Amino acid sequence: MSHSHEQHGHGDHPEHLGHHWDNLQQQFEAGKLGMWLFLATEVLLFGGLFVAYAVWRGNNPELYAYGSEYLDVTMGAVNTVILILSSLTMAMAVTYAQLNRQKALLVCLILTFLGACGFMLIKFFEYSDKIQEGILPGAAFYDPPPNLEASNYWNPDLPIIDRHTLLALRIEAAEREREGRPAQIDRPRFGEVSSVAPAAVGPAGFDPDAVRARHVRGEKSKVHPLQDPNRPVNAHMFFNIYFMMTGLHGIHVLVGMIVIGWLIYRAALGHFGSDYFTPVDLGGLYWHIVDLIWIFLFPLFYLI
Amino acid sequence: MSTLSTHPSGTNYLNHTRGIMSWIFTLDHKRIGMMYLCSVLLSFFVGGMLAVLIRLQLWSPEASLFTQDQYNQIFTLHGAIMVFLVIIPSIPAALGNFVLPIMLGAKDVAFPRLNLFSYHLWVVGALVFLLALVTGGLDTGWTFYTPYSTDTDSAMGGVIPALTAAFILGFSSIFTGMNFIVTIHRLRPPGMTWFRMPLFLWAIYATAIIQVLATPVLGITLMLLAVERAFGIGIFDPSLGGDPVLYQHFFWFYSHPAVYIMILPAMGIISELISIHSHKHIFGYKFIAFSSIAIAIFGFLVWGHHMFTSGQSSLMNVIFSFITFSVSIPSAIKVFNWLATMYKGSISLNTPMLYALSFIFIFSIGGLTGLHLGTLATDIHLHDTYFVVAHFHYVMMGSALLAMIGGMHHWWPKMTGKMYSEFWGRIGCGLVFLGFNLTFFPQFMLGSQGMPRRYAQYDDYLPETVQLFEFYHQLSTIGSLVMAAGFFLTAGYLLHSIFFGVRAPANPWGGRSLEWQCASPPPHDNFAETPTVGDCYDFSVLEWDEKEQGYTWREDVPRPGEEGTG
Ligand code: HEM
Ligand SMILES: [Cu+2]
Repeated sequence: MSHSHEQHGHGDHPEHLGHHWDNLQQQFEAGKLGMWLFLATEVLLFGGLFVAYAVWRGNNPELYAYGSEYLDVTMGAVNTVILILSSLTMAMAVTYAQLNRQKALLVCLILTFLGACGFMLIKFFEYSDKIQEGILPGAAFYDPPPNLEASNYWNPDLPIIDRHTLLALRIEAAEREREGRPAQIDRPRFGEVSSVAPAAVGPAGFDPDAVRARHVRGEKSKVHPLQDPNRPVNAHMFFNIYFMMTGLHGIHVLVGMIVIGWLIYRAALGHFGSDYFTPVDLGGLYWHIVDLIWIFLFPLFYLI
Repeated sequence: MSTLSTHPSGTNYLNHTRGIMSWIFTLDHKRIGMMYLCSVLLSFFVGGMLAVLIRLQLWSPEASLFTQDQYNQIFTLHGAIMVFLVIIPSIPAALGNFVLPIMLGAKDVAFPRLNLFSYHLWVVGALVFLLALVTGGLDTGWTFYTPYSTDTDSAMGGVIPALTAAFILGFSSIFTGMNFIVTIHRLRPPGMTWFRMPLFLWAIYATAIIQVLATPVLGITLMLLAVERAFGIGIFDPSLGGDPVLYQHFFWFYSHPAVYIMILPAMGIISELISIHSHKHIFGYKFIAFSSIAIAIFGFLVWGHHMFTSGQSSLMNVIFSFITFSVSIPSAIKVFNWLATMYKGSISLNTPMLYALSFIFIFSIGGLTGLHLGTLATDIHLHDTYFVVAHFHYVMMGSALLAMIGGMHHWWPKMTGKMYSEFWGRIGCGLVFLGFNLTFFPQFMLGSQGMPRRYAQYDDYLPETVQLFEFYHQLSTIGSLVMAAGFFLTAGYLLHSIFFGVRAPANPWGGRSLEWQCASPPPHDNFAETPTVGDCYDFSVLEWDEKEQGYTWREDVPRPGEEGTG
């Protein structure tokens, strides 16, 4: 702020008012409009990924039914609750700033920060589980898991599929279809019909009914996907988009933690009050969008 | 309080503080605009030199100067530099930054710090781009099409740095757009309703909307591509179940609107130039204003016309083709309004006006050939030929870039406080105009005869075809040299004017928007008091002042705000 002060002569400017504004109200409204625009760009940034999700899910519904089996619904649900609560404390922080209640403001900000930490901690456990088990995006999905020897995890009868084998499988499936030979197994029967060549030609076929039945019973797949005879072709694709979307979201949570940390620091110095709370308000808006995105991610990946 | 305060001996934004640091870390929109201008022009020089290399290579049918690999790198660099470093930031970030707050009678943009940050992002983006050169080069074309760009064997090592650079530059562009939207919403002066804004501001506003809404999608696309390339996760890779055409959809969802990021502000400049240099009220103000918004909206709905041959369904092709045609309507509305503005005006053929006239001529050709390409049947033949190259150079270089050069001449007296040589200005514009058409018009012929784009050599056809291609290519190469001469001449007299030019009056052309009411160059704070404005296209209140060598407010006409009516 000091920068803009030396450049104009008016002594009657309030402390936080930039030199090009008439009054605090105008400045506040501009800041808010700017923040909403920024949130719009965030929505579009994630929007690209949501579109990708929709396209791939439309093309390969069975992969999503299968892949979500491997996510931990409990951890996801706990994280959802944590984020919603932290949104609440953030909203309370804004109110307390407006009411000039310094102590309550500080407490609420710290609670929000702790919520963010909790979220990242659980996310860390989720990710490290996946990495341990070798459930990774892309071609790495088909590498034997690192703890293979120790747990005797690996079923040597199943072929290790690399990307070239996969391609060959796909071409074979397409040829089968063109020649009118029956595909190895039926197309997925999840309501939608895949629009690409039969995706459900796993090494040993794929039984959507079994998956659905497990879903209904609430059982979790115990076997590693590479050991699973029911694994559909391209099962890794679910984890591509899962890691991309939750990863980008995680980065946003980290940025949110930096922002909240900075707000805590300034709140502790007593910078905010009923006449100046713009940063708390804008930081809050950002935190809510991070939250909101997760509220979409959770059902899309863990539940359906 | 008079707003027409020239500071004959006082300080202005150029000299009120000194030292390189006072520029690099300035929060003044005028200095940031000037830094953008210099950076963009420097990039334009680099990109232009690469273009000359391309043209020299194509002088003869064999690959005479460069190998095919080198050639691929050269045209990729040329395209990427011109698109991401030059045309997209040129008008909004360079000229817009300088002019927009002054046109609003404001002291600065809404968020000066963010403004500086977006310039710094631009610089970082440009440096990361250079990194792409040293880490193995880039030969994917500016479009980064998959699967080539993700294929580790064939594409080169510079892909990830180049993607990162484009990502960073994208955010630079987003922040500029955000800043301008908020500035226009919150900092308009008393009396300036939406329909009293100079049309340049409408254009910048429409552009900013596209920047904010389209660029994030490019950001995520490039990010996906970088992850794909780094970890091979199979998003766009068909052998891993991915979809390469999805990449094209994502890319063009941004990049078609991006062509309007380039052309809309150019059209805004042309509206100002035509009206001011014809000394006549703009014709059809509201039509021009709304057509900017219409273009911004329609621009989001036509991306599929780049993929007519990529295996899109025929229904999609038909729909995209239809909407593509409808975009040309608002563009044509603008052209007709400019012509109507000139009709019976008292046209001064100043250099800026010559550029504006060149724009109308060139843009008409560029826009109409877009219709050839938007027509399904003809596009099958023309896609990926030189016809497309000619089309987009007519719109990007001949229209967007020449409008930017025209605008630069128009605001040069304001930015530098000096007048350039009108004589050399006209000659420079003439050379550029002739050189441009000589370079790119033959490329329409080349393309319609089947010469593919992005080829390093063309000796593998029937002898008479090779001969035909060679003839057109040589015309084109000669044209590019003429154009280069024109640009060097322009650079020469502009630089000369900085040191030896005549002092510029506040209002050399007779404009009425607010920037012509503050001194040349403007003082640091632009206006001591926020001025009140009237109709910025009503030039009847101005008269030529021999002593000033510029236009001044008529004594017998009250200023807006002084007697109640505007
Ligand atoms: C006025 C209406 C316009 C129409 C109807 C139109 C139509 C088209 C079509 C159909 C194509 C695809 C051709 C193909 O690849 O086969 C195309 C390519 C292109 N257009 Fe336009 N266009 C218009 C204006 C513009 C403007 C104003 C710009 C830029 C300022 C522009 C820049 C481009 C570029 C860069 C490409 C080629 C991109 C590439 O493949 O590298 N166009 N245009
Ligand atoms: Cu397009």
